[in-house]
Amino acid sequence: MKSFKYTIKDPLGIHARPAGMLVKVVKEIDSHVTIEKDGKAVAADRLLSVMGLGIRCGDTVTLTITGGDEVTSADTILHFFEQHL
Amino acid sequence: MTIFKGTGVYGAIAAGKIAVFKRTQMPVKRDKIKNPVAEVARFETAKKEAVSRLRELHKKALKEVGEANAQIFEIHMMMVDDEDFNEAVTEMIQSQCVNAEYAVSVTADNFAEMFTAMEDAYMQARAADVRDVSNRIITCLKSDDSLAPQITEQVIICADDLAPSETVSLDKDKVLGFVTAHGSYNSHTAILARNMSIPAIIGVGDAFLSQIRDGDVAIADGFNGEFVLHPDKEALARAERRQAEELEKKELLQKLKGKDNITLDGRKIQVYANIGSLDHIGAVLLNDAGGIGLFRSEFLYLENDDYPSEEEQFKVYKRVLESMPAKKVIIRTMDIGADKQADYFHLDREENPALGLRAIRLCLTRPEVFKTQLRALYRASAFGKLGIMFPMITSVSELKAALAICDQVKRELIFTGKKYATDVELGIMIETPAAALISDRLAPLVDFFSIGTNDLTQYTLACDRQNPHLEAFCDTHHEAILRLISLSAQNAHAHGAWIGICGELAADMTLTETFLRMGIDELSVSPSFILKLRDTIRQIDLSLPPKHL
Repeated sequence: MKSFKYTIKDPLGIHARPAGMLVKVVKEIDSHVTIEKDGKAVAADRLLSVMGLGIRCGDTVTLTITGGDEVTSADTILHFFEQHL
Repeated sequence: MTIFKGTGVYGAIAAGKIAVFKRTQMPVKRDKIKNPVAEVARFETAKKEAVSRLRELHKKALKEVGEANAQIFEIHMMMVDDEDFNEAVTEMIQSQCVNAEYAVSVTADNFAEMFTAMEDAYMQARAADVRDVSNRIITCLKSDDSLAPQITEQVIICADDLAPSETVSLDKDKVLGFVTAHGSYNSHTAILARNMSIPAIIGVGDAFLSQIRDGDVAIADGFNGEFVLHPDKEALARAERRQAEELEKKELLQKLKGKDNITLDGRKIQVYANIGSLDHIGAVLLNDAGGIGLFRSEFLYLENDDYPSEEEQFKVYKRVLESMPAKKVIIRTMDIGADKQADYFHLDREENPALGLRAIRLCLTRPEVFKTQLRALYRASAFGKLGIMFPMITSVSELKAALAICDQVKRELIFTGKKYATDVELGIMIETPAAALISDRLAPLVDFFSIGTNDLTQYTLACDRQNPHLEAFCDTHHEAILRLISLSAQNAHAHGAWIGICGELAADMTLTETFLRMGIDELSVSPSFILKLRDTIRQIDLSLPPKHL
């Protein structure tokens, strides 16, 4: 299991477009990915769940990646967050 | 006769019956069903249908309203496929033996509530998206043809406001005009109306909604933003007269086809077209453009999931050149970055993308991507009269670096035995104050300049193009901009280069005479403005003293 914390910098938070992009990225990964805010964790490949977390600018989220390709997948996801969020 | 005042977003007049478009929540009945397995299958089929319709809408929207506005339909597609949503619907059908319509409707309500309950206003607004999506699935379940208002004759569409999917799916041939109570100049309705050349008025206010009925006669005047309900005979006659005048003007403009664009005192001006995809070539030919002054190559990158190959690009460039025999075609190298993003470039997020790694800067940072495009361009040059233009130049060294890469590409082509034309013109966009101010240093290095007035305005006046609140401060006629254009023209001519304008200001006919007096040689505009601009040029006499300049 790999996990990392990330603080959102996008002024709109994880709004519809980046949520859609995140779901796309996670769907291409074999490992299971969850995203957690304030103790509530949801599967990161589910658009409405991710949007439902209402993640805003300045919020810190925890990403947890579990599976065979978790090391490379964690890198991919961290890179996605750094670029887009 | 009642007059409502709004904002005209496209100058034309419509007169005729109105159709009131009310967005009603579709009544969904709760039915007991016997075969949950079949019902789930019906839901799956409806979902597939919904996605395929959304894909069509996305495509249509890409063409008609652009990448940024079209993206919402991608999100809608993902919502249809969302697992939480699907599990909830399936679970409800199976456990309660209810019809799919009802299960979708209840599930959508639950998710919509979730968004409505959120603190953030942006997220609250997403409830409307969930409902738009669920309505679409329900429509597919009922096998209705469309969510668009069903119109059988030509009408003026009147509505509170129009949702993206509603606007994009309307049958253009039956729409005489649009009138909405709300909406902004940059709303989907407005953008679409402009692209469709249909008279449209927005923001006439709520009062109008309670007074209009289907079949009422009205006039929509997109010039002054007036919506006239139950017009009297005189008003109708006046509208018809003005429609006839407009038509006459259009026909007159058609007659200009094939004629030279010469001012009354004999100066010849080139009028070219701006286009952003191969689909627009038809309009270029129909409007008799003298050439293509700006072919935006970005679509090759934006419509792809990966870098477009040399072959792929070569085919596109070759086709444009072959479609414009003996006419100049100026292709701008990719202007990616800022508001035009493609995922596979993996660009870092920027605080100020307009001031960031974009256009030529990106090309010089990633010379391989740039070289692929240049190779495709040079190879295509054998099939017509090509000009290559670099965007966002700010310094002599950038321009020299770009030109050096061109030379390198040409050497490689010779080495591999590929043909290219030796008379390819090279030019730059003047769209930064820096480029205009050092245009005397840049002009000796190129064949032409083309002024990009949109970015030049943004950078000169420090006004973000994307920010609607700045409209009042963004004076496109600002003397600073006009001086920069004039300075560039003087410097271009002093060094034997020609100069054109390809930004939106080129189509501003209140400035045509000013530009011609500055010595501008070419104006490049959207195809629909070409004939009007040519008519304007033919009425200008530069030997007379300037009227009010």
